[in-house]
Amino acid sequence: MPDTQTPQRIEPTYPKDRTTMGGPRLGPLGWARWGWRQLTSMRTAILLLLLLAVAAIPGSLFPQRSVDPVRVRAFVEDNPGLAPWLDRLFLFDVFSSPWFASIYLLLMVSLVGCIVPRTAQHARALRSEPPRAPRRLSRLPALAEATVPGAPEGVLAAARDVLAAKGYRLSRAGTGDRSVTGEKGYLKETGNLIFHLAMLGVIVAFAAGHLLGWRGEIIIKEGQSWTAGPASFDTLNLGPLASTDDIPTFTVQLDRLDVAFETQTEGAQFGQPRRFDGLATVDIPGRDPEQQQFAVNHPVSVGGDSIFLLGNGYAPVVTVRDPDGQVLYSEAVTFLPQDNNYASEGAIKVTGRDPGLGLVGGFLPTLRLDPELGMTSSFPGLGDPALALTAFEGDLFADGRPQSVFTIDTEQMTQMTDADGAPVAMLLRPGEYFELPDGTTVEFEGVIRWAGLLVRHDPGRMPALALALAAAAGLTLMLGVRHRRIYVRIDPADLTPVGASRVVVTVGGLPKGTDPALQGVVDDVLGRITATAPPPPQPPTRGSDEDTP
Amino acid sequence: MTDPQLALASDIAIWAGLAVLALALISFSAHLAVTGAARQGRSDDTVPQPTALLVRTGTGTEGSATFPDAAPTSAALEPPAVDHPAGVTRRWGVLGMQLTWLATFAVLAGTLMRGLSVQRWPLGNMYEFAIVAASFALVVFCTWSLRQDRLWLGPFVVLPVMVVLVAGKIWYTEASQLMPALDNTMWLTIHVTLATLSVALFVIGAALAVTYLLRDAAERKSRVRGWLAALPQGDKLEAMTYGMHIFAFPLWTFTLITGAIWAEVAWGRYWGWDPKEVWTFVIWVVYAAYLHSRATSSWTKRQATYVALTGMLCVIINYTVVNLLITGLHSYSGVA
Repeated sequence: MPDTQTPQRIEPTYPKDRTTMGGPRLGPLGWARWGWRQLTSMRTAILLLLLLAVAAIPGSLFPQRSVDPVRVRAFVEDNPGLAPWLDRLFLFDVFSSPWFASIYLLLMVSLVGCIVPRTAQHARALRSEPPRAPRRLSRLPALAEATVPGAPEGVLAAARDVLAAKGYRLSRAGTGDRSVTGEKGYLKETGNLIFHLAMLGVIVAFAAGHLLGWRGEIIIKEGQSWTAGPASFDTLNLGPLASTDDIPTFTVQLDRLDVAFETQTEGAQFGQPRRFDGLATVDIPGRDPEQQQFAVNHPVSVGGDSIFLLGNGYAPVVTVRDPDGQVLYSEAVTFLPQDNNYASEGAIKVTGRDPGLGLVGGFLPTLRLDPELGMTSSFPGLGDPALALTAFEGDLFADGRPQSVFTIDTEQMTQMTDADGAPVAMLLRPGEYFELPDGTTVEFEGVIRWAGLLVRHDPGRMPALALALAAAAGLTLMLGVRHRRIYVRIDPADLTPVGASRVVVTVGGLPKGTDPALQGVVDDVLGRITATAPPPPQPPTRGSDEDTP
Repeated sequence: MTDPQLALASDIAIWAGLAVLALALISFSAHLAVTGAARQGRSDDTVPQPTALLVRTGTGTEGSATFPDAAPTSAALEPPAVDHPAGVTRRWGVLGMQLTWLATFAVLAGTLMRGLSVQRWPLGNMYEFAIVAASFALVVFCTWSLRQDRLWLGPFVVLPVMVVLVAGKIWYTEASQLMPALDNTMWLTIHVTLATLSVALFVIGAALAVTYLLRDAAERKSRVRGWLAALPQGDKLEAMTYGMHIFAFPLWTFTLITGAIWAEVAWGRYWGWDPKEVWTFVIWVVYAAYLHSRATSSWTKRQATYVALTGMLCVIINYTVVNLLITGLHSYSGVA
């Protein structure tokens, strides 16, 4: 090998820059090969990585349907001109959009196209011996040299021992060439391949969880019991490959829900939630009912799945009686919190009366009369609970259209008015009641809490975790292990007096990538060789031994 | 539950740390100016030969003009002055380092008292995140400088740490307990400790990247002047930049994984493209692109370093814009 071509680092035998290969005239096959090389080149991979990062950003700027559909709806209502255009560009569904998918699919293909040849190459490298030392080591990035006394064969054997003791894989001995190559750090490439393969696995596991999993949400009030089933969730999202048969049967009763808010600290932290926890009884067919404590970070476990506490709120207990005192309606009604102080909105639909009676308004756990905002809540806990309602009469379910349980469709209803013609408005404290103009009474009996629960089944989560940990381990190997090649060459020393045996030991190091510690390793190897090199065979000094009797 | 006196003592300690850091910054800057002027005068900045420098006299600096040629024996008496011209005072740099140690103890004490005052790990809001990240950055820098001469890096670490602490003070949060979603001692400790530590390392990595880009630009024009002459050579700075990032990147990977485990426990899904998750992912991908661009010959080291600085930009956006302006499940900033 000519001197000028001594490499500066361990070059992989696969082509690093695949874009420059290929002949001048390309047929269809040639173009396909060219395209494949472009796609699997590192340059393209970096470009796709950066593109992926840029493409993810809109997903944090615009509300996402997969994350918070309510905020998407609100955004669409607030921006009627802009929203349809954003929607056409999938900006409310960034992470399931074709353009986002095309980036990561290309990246995955590029990754496969890079990993497969590299795995084959690495498997070959693991089985083959390190290459022979170049003729001249002087151009290597790390170099050390010393003249030591000793016979060339003895010093070479010592060098082999030193490298072997340090865990280097050695080139074969006895080729006539007085040099040895030691190579170490194959785990770097192993870690690299494990990392990239495991990353592919994480993506597959994530996709499998999405395809085969399901999630259901349900609101349960304190004391209420609920049985799981395809039709019993408030909302149920089935994965494309999941079936309703996958949903197990069990019953959950919410025995108690405790909530605490910050009362000690003033400022922004005042009123922040501090504790949500409760007791639930889980009844799985064929097993004894079991009471479990749960909290935000401690889901209820049901067989292999988990029930997570995601939300909570208040449910005022309201009883409506007709003028004769007959109970028309008596229920705890779920009100949805609208702000951090749990000012909540809800609706009561009394269908047992003719015409239908609709009560709509707000629940305020700690009532404060703000001169500008009107009735608000100043603390999320039950400081001074109040229920503020107005009343509508008429057809509650106009045209039988489906509607939210939290609002009333007043299209075919009229607002009730008092004797002066002013709309009926009531502000009730627990235990108080209000009499409507026709004698119907609305009583606010008290308030209980509700819990918003999420039941989730994701078969991909444990594989994803295992693969993510494997990827992290591979990454640590890849970045932590140093891949080095050490060459030792033994040359006869010049100007050696005839009979005295002296050799020049040259140690050269070749790194893969950045390796600031390489010179230290080369110096250390040389030091060990000179220390362990056998002393030269002494020319026999005549007479001394034999004369000893 | 919350001890207001300890919380106040913590605030005072952090302010004191900031003040001392300001003095350290001045001192370190003086060190760079003095060393740089000496190097430049000698114009030996391209070949820092430690052993040769020991016996060389500084010509062109008044301090060293009176300094006699060091006898060969004095080389054995003196500690090896790594990369530093003989005869030029190091006292500004050493003073800066001592001040930085003092500030480190103050910030650590402030962080510790904050934790004691709320009887939990101080990792629950933006302010606490800032003081813990600043503590980590200072401890890493101080520990590093115990092993190697890193006086020249002083200003580039102290300045961003001050920025982090001032940002913490701007988005100050009263000492108080945690919201229920954060109330998981094990994952809070692991996930947020990893996040703060890796951010601290990324900050030091970005500081090194900036020094590399400045020094390299000067070297290309063969105009290594002024304080730039006090820095190590460009390729050494570049290797240090890379070295810092290959520590920080796996830590960020573990931040991401532990965050996913915690999200599974708290919210019932390990990955849901919440804005904070999106940005954690973006940061991870950008730094992954840096490591790839560093490994390929089709990108220059300069270009790769710009990718690393883009990663730092994303870290900053993640801490500021995502915490303060974007609504998501990670809305723990504690800022009204």
